[in-house]
Amino acid sequence: MDKLVLLGDEAIAQGAIDGGISGVYAYPGTPSTEITEYIQRSKIAAQRKIHSEWSANEKTAMEAALGMSYAGKRALVCMKHVGLNVAADAFINSAITGINGGLVVLVADDPSMHSSQNEQDSRFYGKFSMVPVLEPANQQECYDLTYKAFGLSEKYKLPVLVRVTTRLAHSRAGVIRRQLLPQKETMIPEDHTQFILLPAFARKRYRGLLDQQPDMEADAASLGFNMIQQGKDRSRGIIACGIAYNYYMEVATRYQLDHPVLKVSHYPVPTAMLQELADSTEELLVMEEGYPMVEELLTGVLKTKYRVRGRLTGDLPRDGELNPGVVARSLGIQVQEGRDIPQVVANRPPALCKGCSHIDMYNALNEALQPYGPGRVFSDIGCYTLGALPPYNAINSCVDMGASVTMAKGASDAGLRPAVAVIGDSTFTHSGMTGLLDAVIEQTPVTVIISDNSTTGMTGGQKSHATNRLLNICKGLGVEEKHIIEINPLKKHHDENTQIIADELAYEGVSVIIASRECIQTASRRKKEAKK
Amino acid sequence: MKTDIILAGVGGQGILSIAAVIGMAAIDNDLYVKQAEVHGMSQRGGAVQSHLRISDQPVHSDLIPAGSCDMILSVEPMESLRYVSFLSEKGWLITNSKPFVNINDYPDVEKIYGEIRNIPNSLLIDADAIAAEVGSRKVSNIVMLGASADYLGIDFSSLEQSIRVIFGRKGEEIVQMNINALNTGKKAARVQSVS
Ligand SMILES: Cc1ncc(C[n+]2csc(CCOP(=O)(O)OP(=O)(O)O)c2C)c(N)n1
Repeated sequence: MDKLVLLGDEAIAQGAIDGGISGVYAYPGTPSTEITEYIQRSKIAAQRKIHSEWSANEKTAMEAALGMSYAGKRALVCMKHVGLNVAADAFINSAITGINGGLVVLVADDPSMHSSQNEQDSRFYGKFSMVPVLEPANQQECYDLTYKAFGLSEKYKLPVLVRVTTRLAHSRAGVIRRQLLPQKETMIPEDHTQFILLPAFARKRYRGLLDQQPDMEADAASLGFNMIQQGKDRSRGIIACGIAYNYYMEVATRYQLDHPVLKVSHYPVPTAMLQELADSTEELLVMEEGYPMVEELLTGVLKTKYRVRGRLTGDLPRDGELNPGVVARSLGIQVQEGRDIPQVVANRPPALCKGCSHIDMYNALNEALQPYGPGRVFSDIGCYTLGALPPYNAINSCVDMGASVTMAKGASDAGLRPAVAVIGDSTFTHSGMTGLLDAVIEQTPVTVIISDNSTTGMTGGQKSHATNRLLNICKGLGVEEKHIIEINPLKKHHDENTQIIADELAYEGVSVIIASRECIQTASRRKKEAKK
Repeated sequence: MKTDIILAGVGGQGILSIAAVIGMAAIDNDLYVKQAEVHGMSQRGGAVQSHLRISDQPVHSDLIPAGSCDMILSVEPMESLRYVSFLSEKGWLITNSKPFVNINDYPDVEKIYGEIRNIPNSLLIDADAIAAEVGSRKVSNIVMLGASADYLGIDFSSLEQSIRVIFGRKGEEIVQMNINALNTGKKAARVQSVS
């Protein structure tokens, strides 16, 4: 069969295509974005008419995927870890409705927060919703586990969560493909009440979910995704979850260690396997990327006769991603450190591109705000968040997508005037619109600046649902027309733009300033493509 | 055979194309490859790196262990120093000498060169100048790949072959320019390493 060199994300995408999906639903988010992008570029996916258009946000994506599953087809939904917070209502309830066509929820976590606000561990969402979780250790497993997850989903009639972390999502290796499976026919669920979560139905379905738990655990022991690797040195047993297995194997190969290992790629982790390892070794060392979930499961709160070490005991760092160095140290190995980084090396943080429209918007905003002093700009997530850094120092918050508008409203309610929100175009249609409606209903004095570069810039320039729609959306939400003002953020319009912003800051009601100019990255890409 | 390489640069400088060429050449030689990349926020003009591991044995970790990297190949001089904690004692540091200045506090270049020369196995190559001679500054990343060729543990002809495949879509002229860049880079490194 074909051997391809793929990113973990791409291997997941290929596994889903070959596994017979009819649609992928997603909102971009590092490190998950490349899954959907791969399917959008794939020739087989196009031939098979696999749906791959972006969704407005993770919740709409999750619900659309559930709808496709309802109609009998296999669907994949992808997001970054914080995206699952947005989709959580739909996700948790999809464990109660169950599924019809196989449904896989792919979540990419970002320990060490390379491109995120936190390093939450999505395995907890699996436990919370009581659905099976798969966690591949390498690119081949990304492919294989995704491919097989659809069958597993249909077996339990439940969504299956697949969890990866940044390193695996963004690392390449050879992957061997399996047979391309046929897509499913449209077919409504046999039980016409399955998806109606009225309390009377929901109680019954929830009981069913509880009753399935022992089977799920038994399968996690027998399907082969979890395995015990024998070892002669029983001074220690290793529990290695997901990619942590690679780091252990790297260190074990190099330093010739031979401990028994429980390789975990399938949750709930079977108690019998944990017991076997615990009883045959002197202590357990738990290596997991993310939170100490398995370690906590083993130690609980009461003292036991078992010695368990890991992130909670400080043998591994409590936060941040794992690497071969910290894993070696947890095994008592003195690692040779390389040279110190010379002091001349300066930081090179990410920055707004030269010529970016956000720069001109911030310059005008900063000047307009001068009379009021600092501390009143609520912002959001996107390239424009880099306005937090010098020389702009233009914003005072970045919490979760959409929070700029609503926090500005709350601060305004508390008496802060002017209260400003700065939000990107894609973030606005992701979850800024509903907050704006709240402000309109109460005529709350806020100035909302939509910095519209007509793309989802931070994640690499995906299409934005907002493009050419912002004016009508704001009108439709009920913002007064004379307080929806479009400006062109260019240096030559600086004075005029500053004046417009200053006027709106003084207005005691809702105003929206739409600062539109195309992202220079997507513009130059478009020009290049036009040349071809 | 095992070569662990850290590719370094600034977002947008083309280190992933270098990785793609080496990766393909390694696969064609039936070697195992793993390559961890940086996507996302840092690509906006920030420091970026890629861990590229090639071996005749299966590769476990996607990340290179600190202190055991065989080569830092960098398209920017200050960036080459950011990862020296990964370099093994005998490892090579091979870097473009042309700074990419997009920060206000970019240090004195001579100090950077001094630190680079302190590393016993180091090569400073003026890849931008060579690239301009070959035809376009855009191929300076391939000049640097050429400069590293003697230390990669991969046949030079395999590198040429993967350039042909990877740049093939862009037409013969681009392929030829990249092959020239590769060869000129290799020669420049050889002149340096004897002088
Ligand atoms: C819930 C959630 N989903 C996705 C992301 C990832 N993300 C961060 S910024 C961003 C793009 C925002 O685009 P836009 O608002 O248009 O601003 P731009 O980057 O173009 O300036 C995305 C998708 C996130 N942080 N949180």
